[in-house]
Amino acid sequence: MLAAFSAEEITAIRLSLKVAFWAMTASLPVGILVALMLARGRFWGMSLLNGVVHLPLIMPPVVTGYILLLLFGRRGPLGQFLDEYFGIVFAFRWTGAALACAIMGFPLMVRSIRLSLDAVDRGLESAAGTLGANRLWVFLTITLPLIVPGILAGMILSFARSFGEFGATITFVSNIPGETQTLPSAIYTFTQTPGGDLGALRLTLVSIAISMTALLVSELLAREATRRVVGL
Amino acid sequence: MLEVMVRHRLGDFALDANFASDGGLTALFGRSGSGKTSLISAIAGLIRPDHARIVVGDEVLTDTDRHIFVPRHRRRTAYIFQEGRLFPHLTVRQNLLYGRWFTRPLQRHGDFTQVVDMLGIGHLLRRRPALLSGGEKQRVAIGRALLASPRLLLMDEPLASLDEDRKAEILPYIERLRDETRLPIVYVSHSIAEVARLASTLVILSEGRIAAAGPAAEVMTRLDLFPLTGSPETGAIIETRIVDHDVVFGLTRLRAAAGELRVPRLELPVGSKVRVRIRARDVMIAVREPTGLSALNVLPGVITEISPSEGPIAELRLDCSGDALIARLTRQSIATLKLSNGKKVYAVIKSVAFDRRAIGSGSDMAKSADVEAVVAEDLFAGATRRDHQLADPAPAADWIATPGAG
Repeated sequence: MLAAFSAEEITAIRLSLKVAFWAMTASLPVGILVALMLARGRFWGMSLLNGVVHLPLIMPPVVTGYILLLLFGRRGPLGQFLDEYFGIVFAFRWTGAALACAIMGFPLMVRSIRLSLDAVDRGLESAAGTLGANRLWVFLTITLPLIVPGILAGMILSFARSFGEFGATITFVSNIPGETQTLPSAIYTFTQTPGGDLGALRLTLVSIAISMTALLVSELLAREATRRVVGL
Repeated sequence: MLEVMVRHRLGDFALDANFASDGGLTALFGRSGSGKTSLISAIAGLIRPDHARIVVGDEVLTDTDRHIFVPRHRRRTAYIFQEGRLFPHLTVRQNLLYGRWFTRPLQRHGDFTQVVDMLGIGHLLRRRPALLSGGEKQRVAIGRALLASPRLLLMDEPLASLDEDRKAEILPYIERLRDETRLPIVYVSHSIAEVARLASTLVILSEGRIAAAGPAAEVMTRLDLFPLTGSPETGAIIETRIVDHDVVFGLTRLRAAAGELRVPRLELPVGSKVRVRIRARDVMIAVREPTGLSALNVLPGVITEISPSEGPIAELRLDCSGDALIARLTRQSIATLKLSNGKKVYAVIKSVAFDRRAIGSGSDMAKSADVEAVVAEDLFAGATRRDHQLADPAPAADWIATPGAG
């Protein structure tokens, strides 16, 4: 009985995986860029950027969701602009859920990449420079391969955070089955419904299994990457 | 060929240096904190000095007056760092070939196989740097720099992080670089033994300023620089050639301008050039030609300088038919023998002061506390027998050519 998923539950699981995957993937390039700016940059407003990036970590998720709603809702300034010129709509779509998750997972991703950047021996970069590599090549051939463990860890953290995101998502894009009802929202709905306990339990177990798998995979990847980078 | 003028301020430290060199190995010598590394970093373009003009060959790399600053990756000044700085995620082969990706085919010089053979690193190509010994890492670092087809090689204390055996392992390769390639080298060191062995031009830095610069043999014997060159280690460098070998007594006769030196047998062919370092404290002075003396080496000379001294010890500088020699004596001896400038004397050096282990094998060269005989040209032949990793001493062909250099 525990193994028999209802169609609704399966939809929620698949949607959650999709949302988490895209949240992670889309925030990766931005995450690397912001981590680089924070680790290497020296510019006015750096602490401000640092603060903004970390804000979702300390603010109540509901607040983050509400800000997103204000900005990206159909009447919001950014939402209106994107809809009008690019036909992109976030409000009450799964893409909105992905956006909310990406923002909630962003500080974790940036932090992880930034830590690995701080650990890179700058001497290796100047050595590559004296051997003829310009800054882009130095980044692509030296820095990037050396921070791969940090990037992988950041991706997993972002994925895991997205997978469990509830507050910002439900505030921003609501809880529409098949469109924005991710796994945590589905569990929440089950707990609010008489006789929904079994469904909530099943999804809870699924959630634990997926989180554990993500953790194990990240450990494995990080170990492999470290092995390759250290060269042992 | 190489012109360097740098004025740079870093907090309390002010660097103000100006020197030129016409190729060969230019050693920048000085204590730590004297500005050697800042100077070499300025040449490499790793730092941007307040005021500088740096010219290599016919190309201006830095000229603050004319707002020229060639970025580091276009300077072709390969830099060998103290810690090697091999890329940990790449194999030895990939490390070696790294610079090659960025050189235009026309500017390339140095053949991969020849460089690998010369450095004896052929068996390491598939390994990762983490698994190499300190000496192997440094040899790979030298190879990587050479294969980047540089027009100037910068070496920042490349031996400082190695133990004495590893130092002795690397030194012959650096000598080979100096002698077989026409690549100018700037070599930073605080070891007078390394400098004495390697340098053709010597630049002495003290507190950010140049205390002396010129041909190594000349600068090394300047008495006024002893506080900077580190007095217990100072001595003269003399270039010699092997005249013959005495089989019966196991000695080798060397001919220098100053006269003849007999040293424990060197396993080198007659006619080889040998650089000998004679430390000041191993030289005795006699006012008459000595007889009944066990020391085999007696060189006549004239006193040209006596260092002013308040303490018990003073140094003499002798001119022995063109070769300069330094002797360290007590002030009492100077008074007793009535030594003064222009006086004709005899310098006495024991043959055993030339440490046998230090000669020809290259293995104990750097740690030898005694007088050293430093083989300039053919040390490699001696080293080959000891170290099977070394390649054949291929004839000093133009295996590497510096475009624009000749």
